[in-house]
Amino acid sequence: MEHAKSGPGSWPELADVVPVPQDDGPSPVVPIAYRDDFREVMDYFRALYFAGERSPRALRLTAEAIELNPGNYTVWHFRRLILEALDSDLLEEMNFVEKIAECNPKNYQIWHHKRWLAEKLGPDVANKEHEFTMKILAIDAKNYHAWSHRQWVLQALGGWESELQYCNQLLEEDVFNNSAWNQRYLVITRSPILGGLTAMRDSEVDYTIEAILANPQNESPWRYLKGLYKGENNLLVADERISDVCLKILKTDWSCVFALSLLLDLLRLGLQPSDELKAILEPIRNSDPEMADADLATAVCCILQKCDPLRINYWSWYKTTLSSQIS
Amino acid sequence: LGEWGGALMRCGAGGIQSGRVTLAGPAQRVPWLDIRRIATFPGPRLHGTWFASLSLGGDPRGRRPQHTASRNRRPQQARAQPSGGDPPLTPASAPAAVPMDSSTQPAPATGGDPAEAPADPELPRLTVTQVEQMKVEARVADIYRVLFGAAPNTKSIMLELWRDQHIEYLTHGLRHLGPAFHVLDANRPWLCYWMVHPLTLLDEVLDDDLEDDIVDFLARCQDKDGGYGGGPGQLPHLATTYAAVNTLVTIGSERALSSINRDNLYKFMLRMKDESGAFRMHDGGEIDVRASYTAISVASLVNILDVELAKGVGDFIARCQTYEGGIAGEPYAEAHGGYTFCGLAALILLNEAEKLDLPSLIDWVAFRQGVECGFQGRTNKLVDGCYSFWQGAAIALTQKLVMIIDGQLKSLYCCKKPSEEDACGTSSSGCTSEKSSSAVDYAKFGFDFTQRSNQVGPLFHNIALQQYILLCAQITTTSVKQVLEGGLRDKPGKNRDHYHSCYCLSGLSVSQYSAMIDSESCPLPQHVLGPYSNLLEPIHPLYNVVLDKYHTAHEFFSKE
Repeated sequence: MEHAKSGPGSWPELADVVPVPQDDGPSPVVPIAYRDDFREVMDYFRALYFAGERSPRALRLTAEAIELNPGNYTVWHFRRLILEALDSDLLEEMNFVEKIAECNPKNYQIWHHKRWLAEKLGPDVANKEHEFTMKILAIDAKNYHAWSHRQWVLQALGGWESELQYCNQLLEEDVFNNSAWNQRYLVITRSPILGGLTAMRDSEVDYTIEAILANPQNESPWRYLKGLYKGENNLLVADERISDVCLKILKTDWSCVFALSLLLDLLRLGLQPSDELKAILEPIRNSDPEMADADLATAVCCILQKCDPLRINYWSWYKTTLSSQIS
Repeated sequence: LGEWGGALMRCGAGGIQSGRVTLAGPAQRVPWLDIRRIATFPGPRLHGTWFASLSLGGDPRGRRPQHTASRNRRPQQARAQPSGGDPPLTPASAPAAVPMDSSTQPAPATGGDPAEAPADPELPRLTVTQVEQMKVEARVADIYRVLFGAAPNTKSIMLELWRDQHIEYLTHGLRHLGPAFHVLDANRPWLCYWMVHPLTLLDEVLDDDLEDDIVDFLARCQDKDGGYGGGPGQLPHLATTYAAVNTLVTIGSERALSSINRDNLYKFMLRMKDESGAFRMHDGGEIDVRASYTAISVASLVNILDVELAKGVGDFIARCQTYEGGIAGEPYAEAHGGYTFCGLAALILLNEAEKLDLPSLIDWVAFRQGVECGFQGRTNKLVDGCYSFWQGAAIALTQKLVMIIDGQLKSLYCCKKPSEEDACGTSSSGCTSEKSSSAVDYAKFGFDFTQRSNQVGPLFHNIALQQYILLCAQITTTSVKQVLEGGLRDKPGKNRDHYHSCYCLSGLSVSQYSAMIDSESCPLPQHVLGPYSNLLEPIHPLYNVVLDKYHTAHEFFSKE
C-alpha cells in the first residue's frame, strides 16, 4: 500500500503499529472515497484507539486525525483521555483547539473540547475565553456555538463586568442582531453585578423602546420588550410606555404587525384603550362591517389577518381563542 | 374527510419591484433598497407576501406585479456571488444534523459595488442583517417573479416536484460518495437516514440487497455495549443512534428491526443520563436539547422508555424555553428552530408538553415564516429549507395540543383563578399534580399521538411553505436553459446536499398533510401545491419516519 509522503506510515515512532482498516463490510453503503492520506491516518488511529494506548504518539496521531476531520467526536474523546492520562499542559491544548476553531467555527466537537478545557482550567481562563468568542463573533456575530460558549463561561467562570457594554456595542453595530438581544436578556437577568430583572427593567424598557422607534420593523426589540415582562402580565398592562409605543408606531403606520400584535396582547390582558388609540383604528374598523361591530381585540385581529397575510392561519386561530375568552 | 379550506386559504397575491441598491463600506450611507410589496389590501404600508394562490386555480387576486420595469434596475448586490466560499458540500455540524445553520454568511459586503446613485447622507446605513436579508430576498424575488408572470400551465410545471431526479440523487449517494464527504465520516448513519427517509417519502422501494447492506452496515456501527456510532468502531452517540434506528425503522423488515440490541441500547442511554436529567450526546459529550430528543425519540420508538430515562428531562427542556417563546439548546441560549422541534417533540413523547408556554411557542414559530415563504431558524436570520421541517413540524405538532393550549390561555387571560378542574384540564391526560411516575406508560404516548386528530387547522401558511420548497429549495434554473437537478438545498445560491434533501421533503410532507383532521387521511388537491403527484407519504411528526413504517415498528416492538 502506498503511504502518503509524511503520513503516519512513515513515522518512525509508529513503525511497530499495525494499522487497522475500517470494517465497512463486503458491500459498503454510503461509502466515502477516502483519499489515501485520510485513510492512512484513520487506520493508524484505529490501531491505537482499539488498543487503548494513551501515549504521546497517540496524542500526536489524534491531532492528525482531528485536522483531517474535526467532526470525529471519537477522536476528540480519545484525545481527552490521553490528555488526562499524560497530565498534559492544558494551556497549550487551548492554543491547539483555538487554531482549529478559527477554521471550523461551527463544529460542535471543538467547542465542547474548549468547554472541557476551560472547566478544568477554571476562572483564570475566563478572560481568554471571552477574548476568543469575541474574535469569532466579530466574524459572525450570530455564531450559535460561540454564544453558547460565551454564556457558559460567564455562568461558570465569570467575567460579567463588561458584558452589558458588549451587548450595547453589538447592537450599535447591528440592532437586528437577535443573538445580541438574547445575550442582553441573559446579562440583565443573571449578572451578579446588576440587580436582576426587576431592578433593570425600567431602564431596559426605555432602551428597547428607543430601538423600536428607530426600526419598528425590527422584530427583536419587540420580543425583548415582552420578555422583560414575562410572567408579569399585570405590570405589562400597567406600564404606559408599552401601550404608548404601540400608539406611536400605529400613528405613522397603522399596519405595523408587531405593534398590532403587542396591542392585541395588551387588550387581551385587559388594557383599557385610550381615545387616541381608538381614533387611529376607527377608520380601518369602519371599512369592514365585521370589524366595526366587534370588540377592539377582535377588530385588531381582523386587521392583522389582512395586514399579515402570511400568518392568516395563525390570526384566524387566534381570533377563535378570543371568542372563547369573551364568552 | 375534513379540512380547513376556504377561509384559511384566502391569501393575497404579492409581487415585488426591486429598487436600486448600493451597498457600501461602513463609513458610507446608502439609499434604502426599495422593495414595494403589493398586497390585496390597500393601505399606506403594504405587507404582502410573495405568494400566488395557485392551488385555487385562479390568478392571484389584486394587482398583478409589474415585471421588471425599465426604471427599476436590478440591485447590483443581488447578482453578487453567494457569500463566502461555500464548500462543495454543506455538512451539518457533525454528527447532529439537527439544528445548526448550514448557512455560512461571513462579514458584510464592504466597499465593493459602484454606486448607482449618489449616496444620500440622510439615510441610515444598513446593518449586516439587513444586507444579508436583502440579498436573499432579491434572489427569491427573481424566482417568484417568473412564477407570477407565467401562464397557469407553466405555473403547474414550475411547481412540479422532480421525483425522478431526487430519487436518482439520493439513490446514487447510497453507493457513492466522493472524497469531500470525509467531513461526514463520523456521521454515516445520518447519511443513511438522509437518503433512505426521503426515498421512502417519495414512495421509492429499495433493492433487497441494498436494504440488507444498510442493515449490515448499521450493525457494524452498533457498539457492543449499546448505541450506534458514526461509523464502524466509533464511540456510540445519541444522534447517530437516532439516525441509525430511524433508518432501520424506515427499512422496516424483521431483519432490520431485530438487529437493534434494545437491552444494550437502554443501558447506553442510562449511561448518557446526566444528574440534571438531561442527556449527554456521548460519553463525556455535550448536553443539550438535541440529546434529550434523540434519546427519548429512540427509546419511545423501540419501546424502552421508562421512568428512569424520562425523569428530569421535561424540566430541563422547559428551562430551555426562552423569553422569545422558542426553545434553545441550553438554558439562556437563543431560541432556535431545530431545538424547538426537539424540545417540543421530546416533551410530547413524555406527555409533559404542558411544561412549555405553548401559546408563546406557537407565536414565535409562526413569526419565523418570512416573506420568502419559508422558515428561518432564528429571529432576524435567513430563511433555510431545512427549517421547513424543524419549524413546520413543531407548529404542526401544536395542532394536536389544543386542549393544553386552551387551558394555558385560560389561566393567562382570565381574571378568575383557575379552579381545580381547570388545572386538571391543562394536562393532556389528567391532573399533572396527580401523575405518579410509576403509573405512567411511556410506550403509548407516541402511538396515541397519531390517533389524535388535528383540532385546528395549520397555524402556519402551509401552501406558502410548499411554494418555497418547490421553487427555491429545488434546483431549477429558469434562465437560459432549464436545469433540473435532483436534491434540495437551503436556499437559492447554496448547493444541494442530502441533509437538506431530507428535511425539505420532510417539511413538504408535513405541510401537505397539515390541513387534514386525521393524520391518516389523504390530502385534498387544494392542500397540495403543484400537481397532485407532488404528494408525499405522511410521516409520524414526532419521530420523522414514514407513518406506515412507524406502525410496523410499533407493532414489532410492542411484542414483549
